[in-house]
Parts: sequence; structure tokens; C-alpha cells
Amino acid sequence: MKRVYMDNGATTPTAPEVLEVMKPYFTDVFGNASSFHSFGREARNAITEARDSVAKLIGADDSREIVFTSGGTEADNYAIKGVAEALEKKGKHIITSSIEHHAVLHTCQYLEKKKGFEVTYLPVDEDGMVNPADVKDAIKEDTILITIMMANNEVGTIQPIVKIGEIAKEAGVTFHTDAVQAVGSIPVDVNQLNVDLLSLSGHKFNAPKGIGALYIRKGTKVAKYLHGGAQERNRRATTENVPGIVGLGKACEIALNAMDEKSAKLIALRDRLISGIEEQVDYVKLNGHRTERLPGNVNFSIRYIEGESILMKLDLEGIAASSGSACTSGSLDPSHVLLAMGLTHEVAHGSLRLTLGNYNTEEDVDRILDVLPKVVTDLRAMSPIYNG
Amino acid sequence: MEEIYLDNAATTKPYPEVVEKMKIALTTTYGNPSSLHRMGIEAEKMIKEARKNIASKLDVSDKEVYFTSGGTESNNLAIKGAVNSLKRHGKRLITSSIEHPSVLNLFKRLESEGYDVKYLQVDNEGIIDLEELKAYLNDETILVSIMGVNNETGSIQPLAEIGELLSDYDNLYFHVDGVQSFGKVDIPLSKIGIDLYSISAHKIHGSKGTGALYIKRGTRIDNLISGSKQESGIRPGTENVPGIAGFGQAVELLPSQDDKEKMYRLKELLVTRILDEIEESYLNGPKIHSGAAHIANISFAGVKGEVLIHTLERDNIYLSTGAACSSKQDTPSYVLEAMKVKPKLIEGAIRFSFAPSTTEEEVNYTVDKLKDAVKMLRKIMQR
Ligand SMILES: Cc1ncc(COP(=O)(O)O)c(C=O)c1O
Ligand SMILES: Cc1ncc(COP(=O)(O)O)c(C=O)c1O
Repeated sequence: MKRVYMDNGATTPTAPEVLEVMKPYFTDVFGNASSFHSFGREARNAITEARDSVAKLIGADDSREIVFTSGGTEADNYAIKGVAEALEKKGKHIITSSIEHHAVLHTCQYLEKKKGFEVTYLPVDEDGMVNPADVKDAIKEDTILITIMMANNEVGTIQPIVKIGEIAKEAGVTFHTDAVQAVGSIPVDVNQLNVDLLSLSGHKFNAPKGIGALYIRKGTKVAKYLHGGAQERNRRATTENVPGIVGLGKACEIALNAMDEKSAKLIALRDRLISGIEEQVDYVKLNGHRTERLPGNVNFSIRYIEGESILMKLDLEGIAASSGSACTSGSLDPSHVLLAMGLTHEVAHGSLRLTLGNYNTEEDVDRILDVLPKVVTDLRAMSPIYNG
Repeated sequence: MEEIYLDNAATTKPYPEVVEKMKIALTTTYGNPSSLHRMGIEAEKMIKEARKNIASKLDVSDKEVYFTSGGTESNNLAIKGAVNSLKRHGKRLITSSIEHPSVLNLFKRLESEGYDVKYLQVDNEGIIDLEELKAYLNDETILVSIMGVNNETGSIQPLAEIGELLSDYDNLYFHVDGVQSFGKVDIPLSKIGIDLYSISAHKIHGSKGTGALYIKRGTRIDNLISGSKQESGIRPGTENVPGIAGFGQAVELLPSQDDKEKMYRLKELLVTRILDEIEESYLNGPKIHSGAAHIANISFAGVKGEVLIHTLERDNIYLSTGAACSSKQDTPSYVLEAMKVKPKLIEGAIRFSFAPSTTEEEVNYTVDKLKDAVKMLRKIMQR
């Protein structure tokens, strides 16, 4: 049985080309990038190149605006807590949305509970979209940060970041976007978006886990998160994860070159999957915006069944999918994202997320369309609340 | 001669077995450990196995080991986390004056926030004075953070005695930066009463970007970062599965007793040959056998350490003057300063750091080349 991995929103395999460029930095060029000697210098040069590739992918003017981190969660924490700490004398109000990833949401809640900040959690419409007018209305005298994700990890809705960026700029408020799901998947340009801070994570686009980056626009005030050595121009102490950084650089390079081709392919697969499911399974509802949507994201509420039981059945068939975000899987709470979009608890429980990646094929989509309707029929047959 | 890498305190070369394991995690078991499907479960299994290996080497329970992005983060998490969790019990923090910057700079920061930080002095072997520690300890003390082995000189702190002194106090955590001691010096964590112990993979032939923190059961520390529920909620963020799997593998290959004895023999060979054969050379820090087996720090009067290492690099010998992360800054080593090494000699200091694979031949070759280099540089300086 061929396995089908359709959980690329949770994480992706490392691309062979990426692994290839990482290899020498495990073995021959293993030096500490801060060391004087040639092992160190070669490592340093590799980091510089990778930094340029990251900067280029997101349209940063200066690669010194890129700070490598251990992933998306750290980048989000660094940005939000960093701005909060740097600007708390100026004000203590933060604006975010109610559908952020927990890396953002829990950071905001931490600031509320422990540091006396006030946080506005903006609502979203039934497509999971933030209304820019709401952002504008929420800005107060003491607002120091707006943090709104670029694309949602569960339902794939792409937010109107350009508009929000304009509003933030006009109001002179620092603007951060969690672009962990967007970077590598859709075009991202920090200048076009008017963002001051942007988080990205390698493992979402075929670079390894444990490496990410935070874009910090020149002049943006952010307190640092790790204290120690002078690495990353004194902004993030710790011996640099050279292989990870090199891998991230390569993944950025590939993403930039293949963006159009990849997204066209994914959109075609995605839409085939969406219409296939809508045609073959009753009582389903597509969650998230139909067009303003990540190329690889499919998310359905399937009435009268539990999301988790679908996952188990699919897993037995060799299909890897998820009910929402990986990080909250195993928890019994329904998705905060779906609830914010107005779904009832009951409907939110029956969600299925299929996220396509670089290595998925039409056969994979066919396989799902072959297996899923049967799985749903079987499960519904056992459901006490479903009566055909 | 092939390259001779004697900078293993800065970082080590990952073992082939480690790289193999990492490749598997990068390409085959690439799932997200939080995912419920098989791919997720396989990734989770790799983490579990690594955690078990590390816990067993530390002789602690699996549940007491938490993965981080490296030694720096482990230190930051331990110190900030402990301070934030205990701050209502007092404001006194005690550390030593020769800690790694990831400890020292954090304490300076906490000092600026109003904490009362005491920096213990050290003697010329780099060892703290227990009496001084005793004098500073009071009911307001919430954290004592002392490194196991110093990264520049290999000085080993009397952790058991420190633990003994601390055992009289409540609401006080004992943190040890074990980045240079893990796998090199046996430290019975539970017996000593260490609450928090930081380690880093790239110092033991694992990969950069992965570390761990031992958090003794019942020790409550605040998070450094917020997010999802990974690492029991202590350290959110998708786990660095390849790095962690590699760490677990590296731990299985930690130096054996024989390896350690061999490293001591080589250190002895290096130090005695240098002191015998090169005039005005001085061993800094602890005596050969009182320090860790993998580090020796030696000063050469009349030469600049930096110039010396560049000269030796032409012979394919790789060394450093001290801590890598501060080696770009032109400031003299605060560690050697604290050990009262004369400023002139601090300038001429070099750190030699070994791996289990270091050979006698390499050591002899290094000393031979060093003799020539020192002679040559001294001549130039005299002109
Ligand atoms: C939108 C979003 N933000 C943040 C994160 C966290 O990133 P990481 O897992 O690299 O810490 C994720 C993924 O887990 C995500 O999807
Ligand atoms: C004693 C000591 N503590 C902490 C660190 C920091 O570890 P890392 O580089 O993994 O952040 C190092 C090495 O750099 C060290 O030698």
C-alpha cells in the first residue's frame, strides 16, 4: 500500500536538494561559525549566503534584517515579547486576531496575565478573514503592536495583510505577521506588505525542523530573547545551527525559483480535491475562504462524525491527514479557529484538514477521493445521530 | 599531516552515526511528532528514544529531560525560568565570575532589573571559594548557578560541596551549566541536589542547534517561550527531530573511561612537553589532573595568542584563544582575568581542546609546530 502524506501544513519532508547542501556542514565544515579559523570562516560564509537567500525570498532590503531562530514559535515569541518589552513604556495595548496559532495567542495571553498588557482579539468572518476596518478601529493611543497572521494554518485563509500593513504604517504602530504558513508557499514581500516583523519556519517548506527566522525591519525596536554570546549581531546568542541555516537558505532559493509552478500545481490538486469531496460526500462544508486560500490547504467539516475517527481510519489506509493543527491534536477541545468562524462545537469537532505539498501527485488526490467517501459512510453508519 | 582539530570545546565534529540518524529523521521519519498518524508516531518515537538515552546517561527519569535549541537556551530557560518562578521569595542570585556569557550576560541583565546578583570570585585554578558562597547565602537567595566545567580552562567546580551548602535552604534552585561537563566529568545530579542542568549536543559530537535541560521533578520554572504543548508545555515549538535524534545517538557514543584516560594522557603529554620545551610558557587554570581531560589553557609570554593560532593554521592546526562566541571581540578573557593571570599572559593564551579521537601523533606534531611558531613570533616581536 502506497502511503499518502497529506499533512504538509504540520510539517514537510526535507527536500533531497536541501539535504545535499546541508551534508558538508555536518562533516567537513563542522566548525563553530564564531571561530577564527577556516572551519569557522567557512561556516560563517555559508550562513551569510543563506541569510541572503532568506532575505531575497521575502524581499528584505538588507539581509542583516534576518535573524535565525530555532523555528516559528521562537520567532513569534521573539517578535511579540521583544516589542512588548522594548515599547512597554510607550503603551501596553496589542491587537491580534482570534485565529492565530498558539505561538502567538499564548504569547499574547502571557503578556496579558503576567505583564499587564491589554490585548484585543479581533473577530473573523465566516471565511476566517480579519476585517482591516476592525484593525483600524481597534487602534488606540497606547497600541504598540499589531500581530496578524498572514495565512491560517488550519483553514488556509490568506489575510488582507497589505491593507492591515497600510493601516499600521499610517498609525505608526509596529506590525508583525506570523507568515509561517505563507513563506515558501505564496509570494511574500515585506515591503509590499508593510510589515516590520515577520516570522517564518523552515520545516513548513521542505527545510529541516528546528530552524526558522525572524525578519526585523531596520530601526524596529525589539528586545532580545536569548542572552549570551554575540552571535547574530548580538540579537540571538547560541552557537549557530549551521546545517539548519544552510538548509533553510537552500529551501528559500528553491521556493523562490519554483513559486509559480508549485502554486499552480498545488492549486489544481487542491481544487480537484475540494470539488471531488463536495461531489462525493454529503453534509460537508469547506472551511476557509474558497479563493483567498493557501494553495495546499483543504479543510472540511464533515457532519455527524468525529474528526479523530476519520483520521484513524485514514491512517489505517496509509493516509496521513489531520483534524486541524498538529500541535493541538490529541486535545479534546475543538479548534479555536473554527469556533471563531462561527461553527458550532459539534460541527467543529468533525473537521478534516488535508494539506498538499511538493511531493503530492494526482494519484494521491485520487486515492483520497477513493477512500474518504467510504470511510465517511462507514463511520456515519455507526453514528447514533446520523440517519441517512 | 591532515588537519588537526584541537578546538573541540568550541564545537565538535558530528559522528557519522549521528549524521546517519539525522538523515533518517530528515527524509524518512519526517512527520510532526504531534501528529496523530503513523508518520507522527514514528517521529515521536525517535524523540522518546533520544530522551531515554540522555536521561539514562544523566541517571535521571525521562520525564526530567526537556529539549531546547542549545546550551544558551537551556541556560536562559533555567535561569530566567527559575527567577520568574521564585521571585516572590527573594531577590538574591549567586553565580561565579567565570560563567559562560549565556549565564553571565543574563545575570547582568537581571541585575539591571533590580536583582541582587553576587558574582563569586575564583582562585588561580578557577575554583570558587565555598566560604564566600556561604557568606552570600541567605533566606532571600532564590538561585545559585555555577558551571560544571569552565569552557576556557577546564576548571571543575566542587559541585557536591556546593550542593551540600544549598541543601539547608528552601525556595532556592541550584542550576549547573553542564555544557562542558556533560559526558566528560561524572556529576551525580540527584545525589548532589542539582535542580537544573544544561547540556548541548554540539559539544559531544551531536549537531548544533539542539540542547536539553534537566529539570528535577517538582522544580517549577516559568517558560521562556509560549505556544503549543510540546515538551510538556515547557518548551513549545515543533521539535527539532533530526537534531534530537542525533543528540540521542551522540550520547550513546560518549567517551568511555578509557577515552577519558587517554585524553588525560594526551593532555599531560601536551602540557609537559610545552612547559619543558618552550620557555616562558605557563599553564593557566587547574593542574593537569584537577581539570577536565579535554581542555588545557596555556600562555606564551611575548606573543599574541591570536597571531599564534593564525600561524598554526598554516600547518593545518586549528585552535582558539578561548570562548568562540567572544573570540571576535577584542576584549581580553574575563575568565583568565578572574584567575588573576597577568594581562600580558592573557594576550598570549591559547586553548587546546581534545576529542576522544585525538591522537598522540597529533599532539606531538602540534607541539613541534608550536615551538617553531613561538620562536618565530618572539623573534619578530623583538625586532
Ligand atoms: C501559523 C503558524 N505559526 C507558528 C507555527 C510554529 O512554528 P514551529 O513549529 O516552527 O515552531 C506554526 C506551525 O507549527 C504555524 O502553522
Ligand atoms: C560552558 C558553556 N555554556 C554554554 C554554552 C552555549 O551552548 P550553545 O552554543 O549550544 O548555545 C557553551 C558553548 O558555547 C559553553 O561552553
